[in-house]
Amino acid sequence: MLTVKNVNTFYGQLHALKNVSLHLKKGEIVTLIGANGAGKSTLINTISGLTPPRTGSILLDGFAIEKLPPHRIVELGISQVPEGRQIFNTLSVKENLELGAFLYLRKKGGRRLYEEMVEKIFHLFPVLRERCHQPAGTLSGGEQQMLAIGRALMARPQILLLDEPSMGLAPLIVKEIFSVIHALARQGGTTILLVEQNAKAALRIADRGYVLETGKVIMEGEALELMENKEVKRAYLGRDRKDIWER
Amino acid sequence: MESSAQIFQYILSGLANGSIYGIIGFGFAIIFNATGIINFAQGEFVMLGGMVTVFLLSLLQWPLVYCILLAILLTLIVGIIFERLAVNPLKDASPITIVIITIGASIFIRGIAMLVWGKDTYPLPSFSGDTAINLGGATIMPQHLWILGLTCIIIILNRLFFYHTIYGKAMRACSVNPKAAGLAGINVRAMVLISFAISSALGALAGIIIAPLTLTSYDVGIMLGLKGFCAAIIGGMGSGMGAVLGGFVLGILESLGAGLISAGYKDAIAFIVLLAILFFRPGGLLGRSGIERV
Repeated sequence: MLTVKNVNTFYGQLHALKNVSLHLKKGEIVTLIGANGAGKSTLINTISGLTPPRTGSILLDGFAIEKLPPHRIVELGISQVPEGRQIFNTLSVKENLELGAFLYLRKKGGRRLYEEMVEKIFHLFPVLRERCHQPAGTLSGGEQQMLAIGRALMARPQILLLDEPSMGLAPLIVKEIFSVIHALARQGGTTILLVEQNAKAALRIADRGYVLETGKVIMEGEALELMENKEVKRAYLGRDRKDIWER
Repeated sequence: MESSAQIFQYILSGLANGSIYGIIGFGFAIIFNATGIINFAQGEFVMLGGMVTVFLLSLLQWPLVYCILLAILLTLIVGIIFERLAVNPLKDASPITIVIITIGASIFIRGIAMLVWGKDTYPLPSFSGDTAINLGGATIMPQHLWILGLTCIIIILNRLFFYHTIYGKAMRACSVNPKAAGLAGINVRAMVLISFAISSALGALAGIIIAPLTLTSYDVGIMLGLKGFCAAIIGGMGSGMGAVLGGFVLGILESLGAGLISAGYKDAIAFIVLLAILFFRPGGLLGRSGIERV
């Protein structure tokens, strides 16, 4: 449903994405792995319209979206959970969720849909209900991540882009968040593009993966294949070189 | 020795002037929140409010209230045009560039006003007569009551808008994190436009309600704009309530200073207070410490 074709993105002079192509099928979990600075976040931001590509095309169900501003792309059903969570610190948890629903809350009759969605989010992350009226900045890191995901889901996206959802979180919370992501795709039919440093955890729940290096896709394939790939194992799964090459 | 009635008098008129500074400061804060820009053309919206009302009154001969509403609307349109022409086309310009542009725009607007209306000062009739009201030994003009009342209404309306409507919340979200606001589906540039519309309307209203007390002319925007800026800084840039509080503090100190020391120091006091705040509490009275904007 989403096709990225030969995209080139620049930061000033810096060529951050070099002829990157990728596609997502409905209901799939696809992960992007790669080292810091490989261009994973740039790719996600390019899809979201924050760093529009200089050349190349991005098609959502055949419709070109690469020139649209971020808010239009959200309207078309692609939401991003940004790196570092980027919640609205001084606003309450509830207000953060309301703003996730901005697109339909501003319309007449949007309130009912909002109530329905907010219940779903509270069901997914019960802790957010307890924290409802607290300023979002007072939440713990894990709760903030849940809020960031909840806010993105409030927009009722078909495609959810997640940028490093496990960053800086305790293993137990990471596990919880990953199981929610998994359930979103498997039960909710949401298509997911997951950027992760934690390649092992990401490949475990993903259907397919892409490996990025210095702005280029150097490998792509089924998650299982990638997990078994020697190069991937060595570079991203943290296996010792010895284990793999000198067995 | 000044009598307590006289002190009370100074405080009352200080409150009224302070309300004006507060409303103007509020305008600074709204634009600063939405964009991070300090809009030095804010004072010109204040001038336009008063001058356009005077002009409409003599041109159309309509009742005062219609002229006022029309003047606010026209100033609001100027604010929108200003945003479209001077602020919106800039992509990723540095703050200092934008500040210089707003100063340029303010000189431009002032110049046009001088060409159209000349250098004369104009009076605007009080909203409900000039019979002073006696209040505990001090006298207060009906216009002062208008100013205080309208300030309260503005505070309440703003509170309702920013905390109880989805657009107000969206504007607050833009000020906390514009990138995330875009990702939530909020059109950040539209919010910037709305912020200019609201501030220009607020500025115009401030200019209109003070005009009956101080007269108005093409250049009142300079001093009123600066005082409003002081109010916003004193209250903590970016905090709307802070700006109003800052305005009250500024107005009362100014009026006490003018009354007890010398009227000649009235304007100097505003800037001494500004400097003192910047030295001792750079975040403002209600602002957070440091440079984080809220």
